[in-house]
Amino acid sequence: MSSNFVLKNVTLAAGDTRDIQVSDGIIVAVGADLAADEMIDCTGLVALPGFVDLHTHLREPGFEQSETVLTGTQSAALGGFTAVHAMANTMPVADTAGVVEQVASLGIEAGYAEVFPIGAVTVGLEGKQLAELGAMANSKAQVKVFSDDGKCVHDPVIMRRALEYVKAFDGVIAQHAQEPRLTEGAQMHEGAVSAELGLTGWPSVAEESIIARDVLLAEHVDSRIHICHLSTAGSVEIIRWAKARGIKVTAEVTPHHLLLTDELVRSYDSVYKVNPPLRTAKDVEALREALIDGTIDIIATDHAPHPIESKDCEWNAAAFGMLGLETAASIAQDVLIESGKSSWARLAEVLSSAPARIGGDANQGQIIQAGSVANIVLIDPKARRKVVADSASKSKNSPYVGLELPGRVVHTIFKGYFTVRDSQLAQRGHH
Amino acid sequence: MKNLLSAADLTRNSAIEILDIAEGMAGVNDRDIKKLPTLRGKTVVNLFFEDSTRTRISFELAEKRLSADVINFTAKGSSVSKGESLKDTAQTLEAMGADAVVIRHPSSGAAQILAHSGWIQGSIINAGDGTHEHPTQALLDAYTIRKRFHGSDSVGKGLDGMKIAIVGDILHSRVARSNLLLLNSLGAEIHFVGPPTLIPSNPSNLNAAVHFSLDETLAEVDLDVVMMLRIQSERMNASYFPSEREYSRIWGFNAHRLSKLKDSAIVMHPGPMNRGLEIDALTADSKQSTVLEQVTNGVSVRMAVLYALLSGERNTDVI
Repeated sequence: MSSNFVLKNVTLAAGDTRDIQVSDGIIVAVGADLAADEMIDCTGLVALPGFVDLHTHLREPGFEQSETVLTGTQSAALGGFTAVHAMANTMPVADTAGVVEQVASLGIEAGYAEVFPIGAVTVGLEGKQLAELGAMANSKAQVKVFSDDGKCVHDPVIMRRALEYVKAFDGVIAQHAQEPRLTEGAQMHEGAVSAELGLTGWPSVAEESIIARDVLLAEHVDSRIHICHLSTAGSVEIIRWAKARGIKVTAEVTPHHLLLTDELVRSYDSVYKVNPPLRTAKDVEALREALIDGTIDIIATDHAPHPIESKDCEWNAAAFGMLGLETAASIAQDVLIESGKSSWARLAEVLSSAPARIGGDANQGQIIQAGSVANIVLIDPKARRKVVADSASKSKNSPYVGLELPGRVVHTIFKGYFTVRDSQLAQRGHH
Repeated sequence: MKNLLSAADLTRNSAIEILDIAEGMAGVNDRDIKKLPTLRGKTVVNLFFEDSTRTRISFELAEKRLSADVINFTAKGSSVSKGESLKDTAQTLEAMGADAVVIRHPSSGAAQILAHSGWIQGSIINAGDGTHEHPTQALLDAYTIRKRFHGSDSVGKGLDGMKIAIVGDILHSRVARSNLLLLNSLGAEIHFVGPPTLIPSNPSNLNAAVHFSLDETLAEVDLDVVMMLRIQSERMNASYFPSEREYSRIWGFNAHRLSKLKDSAIVMHPGPMNRGLEIDALTADSKQSTVLEQVTNGVSVRMAVLYALLSGERNTDVI
């Protein structure tokens, strides 16, 4: 395949039709009547900067039966992503320079997307002692985002120190907000449905109380903080308040919290078991509005693959988590475009430029213009597709199987290379 | 009807039908030869992942009186077991040709998963799933109430207009959940009474009046039935209430509270009782107590359920 090509008649986020010329991994021109050896007709396709996921579980090293860096980034490419941030809860935990460098190099070897390892905040995710954040930041992996995701940094002193410490290298702490004592044995959202189903509740306050504490801590030490997977209407209110106060907080929401509710748990089908749990329709509505109005900065997938045996069992025994990479763009389109309430420009912001900014990803999330790195996704907005269980992920735990979702990723271009073309994954990665 | 997973699966009519069948089964239990050939050649497995001698022997007796081949499969000690064990066990039982599985499991929803997973083809009877439901307990409670109030006139009747208080640990009680659904279907009015810590924080989907004071409930509601729930001591350790003494004083049933009930009212307990905690000895042994009748009726009701699911006269699956 030629590394010089023109994407003909794309629709840009703003709505205008242009040609995009790519040469040697760089966008060299955006305009009319551009020409190159290879001309690719993109009439009717929306061109956006390649998506960036700030919250992906690639599972490698340690849990390769669920996912590997290769399969996870292939799944990412099919979802329109050109970069993913790999969460630290691997085995061994990504709490040293050695592990993050390994993950980064596996990403380069795979070649389907840029892989930014997230470093653990504390040693072994145990919440007791800071991991060597500086060593990870200064490693070849250049870690900027730190998180104990899966576990909350619940000790307020450890959280304070972490928030302060990462200022030395412009890092950010991404907090999994979950008060541990309030969620012991928790299985689903605590509310009217859990009362009927007899499943131990995960109350909204367990998330909201940690977010409230942490935005105040961030204000006190003048640090920035990122809140993972907001799931409640109350969390939205706290973030809104914190932003109005000038606190440097950013927030993410997952696709599943934008679409699914705790009513689905009535089936006891553990594909709907996730942490934080699916909440009520009222929470979903508040999260959607907050994504539209900017209170929530980004969509991040929390793509969490699990092997069949971890889900093919009774609810309590099942693992938390669901897939998300290949369906995220469709759900973003549902919330922002199909609703008639927002725009493709906002979609590009929440899936690309804002997460790239939060994560400090220099070559990602760039505007489609001459001089930018050619990380581009092309979407057919008119397509409707029924989600199937087969995907590039090694795991099958998608809660969307059988649902019809809007939009389809047609091409994903990573540094000028088609990782996905005509919705088909490239045989090889970009090297 | 193929499975009995939840009391919600039973309409008013199907519940009354089972209670009416149980009336006939009670007659069998009064005979010298307490046995029917109904389930001869059928294999019923009692699959218990949790200790429960009472429920298990009640089912076992019911199965034997209907001439079923009975297998007891106790998998206790595997409470921390991974889910494969449920799947593998179910597939093993399927391979052996079980016609019905009576399952008790510590995980809410386990019976439903077993019934809808495709692991097993036989009928599934929920004998208690976590803190979710225990539908045969609700049926035997309904049977007991109906028998006390309608005597030999019970057949065909519901529990219309009856006022029933369920007292204690509602939050963790599968007995309370199943009784709420079934007794509501039969026309009764349900009152939940307990400390606020042991009532679900959002009971809006539960069709019951919620009270925190037992004494006020006794004073304000003309109760026909008081159903006391077993309190587990680990709840105290998790700060749901400060001490057994305080719990007993405020929410326990005792002779003084018994005197506030009308003479026709009854006091129930699913057993095993903590005498002196949620119920005192005087109440438990009073003529208004139905504790032993509940045990006796449990066998008849479980015979009726097995008959309804397995006798082959009906094929409709209400699930």
